[in-house]
Amino acid sequence: MNTSTDRIERKILIKASRGRVWRAVSDAEELGDWFGVNFKGKTFEAGKHIQGKITYPGYEHLTMDVLIERIVPEQLLSWRWHPAAIDPKVDYSQEPTTLVVFELQEVDGGTMLTLVESGLDKIPLARRADVFRMNSSGWDQQMENIKKHVGKT
Amino acid sequence: MSVRRKAAAAAKPKPLQIYAPVFAALGDEIRLKLIAALCVGGAMSITQLTSGTDISRQAITKHLGVLAAAGLVRDVKVGRERLWEFEPTQLDEARRTLELIGQQWDHALAKLKFAVESNPA
Repeated sequence: MNTSTDRIERKILIKASRGRVWRAVSDAEELGDWFGVNFKGKTFEAGKHIQGKITYPGYEHLTMDVLIERIVPEQLLSWRWHPAAIDPKVDYSQEPTTLVVFELQEVDGGTMLTLVESGLDKIPLARRADVFRMNSSGWDQQMENIKKHVGKT
Repeated sequence: MSVRRKAAAAAKPKPLQIYAPVFAALGDEIRLKLIAALCVGGAMSITQLTSGTDISRQAITKHLGVLAAAGLVRDVKVGRERLWEFEPTQLDEARRTLELIGQQWDHALAKLKFAVESNPA
């Protein structure tokens, strides 16, 4: 399949030191705060699973489960997970995972954060329907949130 | 997604659930195989689609009906023969799911930026 459908890449410039951004990404509790998952009292450790309840309104009944793959201090954090695993009745453990990689780079004016999620071609088309369901409720609100956040910074 | 398309999407959100039948139709092994066969083989008759399988004509006809209802295949008459062909438009739409996952990341990263920049110490 065309690789352009296999991966998502995003870059964002954050006006803060690399050390500060690293903390927001690598400290499980702090990541949970902006990501919308409760990782209170938990830590990221390479090779280990970490689970937490989603805190995003409307999805509180869901548990997020990621397998931390690599941690390179101040540079890289990666995990594997099941994207849009939104049905609590479904066992996703046998399905292929995608790889999520956060990379940090010092640049003029702050820190460049690169996010890559890859392996999406392996996710069955039928499962991609869940992504639709996940987005069809509340996406307008999310767009509004982004506008608000971006407007403030 | 271009900035312009993103702005347009934000201004006029599409009812995303209208694509759910497409995925539901694809959520079956036999129907996925039928789509795969039609993608490779072009327009095919039910006889061609059943050859080499142990699936009955009736079953294939039923599955083609589900795919047709989702807009994924359509039938064409060639002489006296009825052929089935793949209709790609719906799948192109389905590809938009990828953009949606990207939008979820945009949202998460915007929140990260805001969290860090409003508390830089």
